[in-house]
Amino acid sequence: MAIEVRIPTILRPYTDGAKAVDAQGATLQELIGDLESRHPGLQARLVDQGALRRFVNVYLNDEDVRFLGGLETPLSDGDTVTVLPAVAGGSR
Amino acid sequence: MRFESLIDSVGRTPLVGLPRLSPSEDVRVWAKLEDRNPTGSIKDRPALWMIEQAEKDGLLRPGCTILEPTSGNTGISLAMSAKLKGYKLICVMPENTSEERRQLLRMWGAEIISSPAAGGSNEAVRVAKGLAAENPSWVMLYQYGNPANWRSHYETTGPEILADLPTVTHFVAGLGTTGTLMGVGRFLREQLPDVKIVAAEPRYGELVYGLRNVDEGFIPELYDPEVLTTRFSVSSGDALRRTRELLAAEGIFAGVSTGAALHAALGMAAKAVKAGERADIVFVVADGGWKYLSTGAYEGTLDEAEERLEGQLWA
Repeated sequence: MAIEVRIPTILRPYTDGAKAVDAQGATLQELIGDLESRHPGLQARLVDQGALRRFVNVYLNDEDVRFLGGLETPLSDGDTVTVLPAVAGGSR
Repeated sequence: MRFESLIDSVGRTPLVGLPRLSPSEDVRVWAKLEDRNPTGSIKDRPALWMIEQAEKDGLLRPGCTILEPTSGNTGISLAMSAKLKGYKLICVMPENTSEERRQLLRMWGAEIISSPAAGGSNEAVRVAKGLAAENPSWVMLYQYGNPANWRSHYETTGPEILADLPTVTHFVAGLGTTGTLMGVGRFLREQLPDVKIVAAEPRYGELVYGLRNVDEGFIPELYDPEVLTTRFSVSSGDALRRTRELLAAEGIFAGVSTGAALHAALGMAAKAVKAGERADIVFVVADGGWKYLSTGAYEGTLDEAEERLEGQLWA
């Protein structure tokens, strides 16, 4: 199953400049693991000590995964995952 | 409906169904038309409550000067109330807010101090706090931290929604000062413990983010994340697309932040359909589209409109 992952400018060096890449996984954790296998280094920019990094926001179909289940959030075919640096709006 | 004065006519706005945008008979979406307030936005409620609380507390007396950081609507509401009640108003607003808002503020007699575009609302707050410190006789109502802001929604907006739609399951609104979500959210949850309170926050282009510093991340004092069930981040493109859909499908001419709230409302609607649950989802139409005509949000293709909106604050 394919899930579109939108990558912010600051992390595009890991995706050869691609704004969006496809990945797979039944959960966000699996998805990030799948991303890491093709874009090494990306995982460490998103996850630290088993949790999402403080200054990274991840959205599933525009909904903040911190309110859904964090790294355990289940994903479905056709979902869109958006990664954004957490700045404006004071998410934390 | 008859009222003693314009100020007395704040609130009691219509709640209208969206028969075309609702996904099914069991999952319905409803718009709370806050543009039907005296100055055309939801901010008439908190503005009036903050002023009247300050009067009760003895902070405001006729002739006083009110100072407020505002990207527009709160300023316009305060300007109307201030004019009728005999106060002077000074607004601090980011320089990249629309020209209509500035003209409206000046019409109602407010003075405008511009803050740099780069810092957005956060910078307006910082500038206003500095001015308040230099001018101790000015009264800053401070919508981001004034409990009368959320109380206005707890006492009026929330009860209106429950009275009109006792089967409400979701409440969706934009996340700015957080007053609407905190007030309506607390009221509805007391009455309906399972109600879902959903925030829609604007996701600005990376151009806007790039100018900002992580340390500038600003959390309004009113914000209590416990009140929220979940939170959506809505891009300018999606907010614009939904704003146009609302007009095309349901005839409602709303501002761009309403498109963001509708996007989150339809996101929750899709989840309810998928889960096979019934839902009555109320979202807030914070204001009409009039003040955004100059942004080009309603003309040309979506891509063109999105490009024009780049770098502007729309919520």
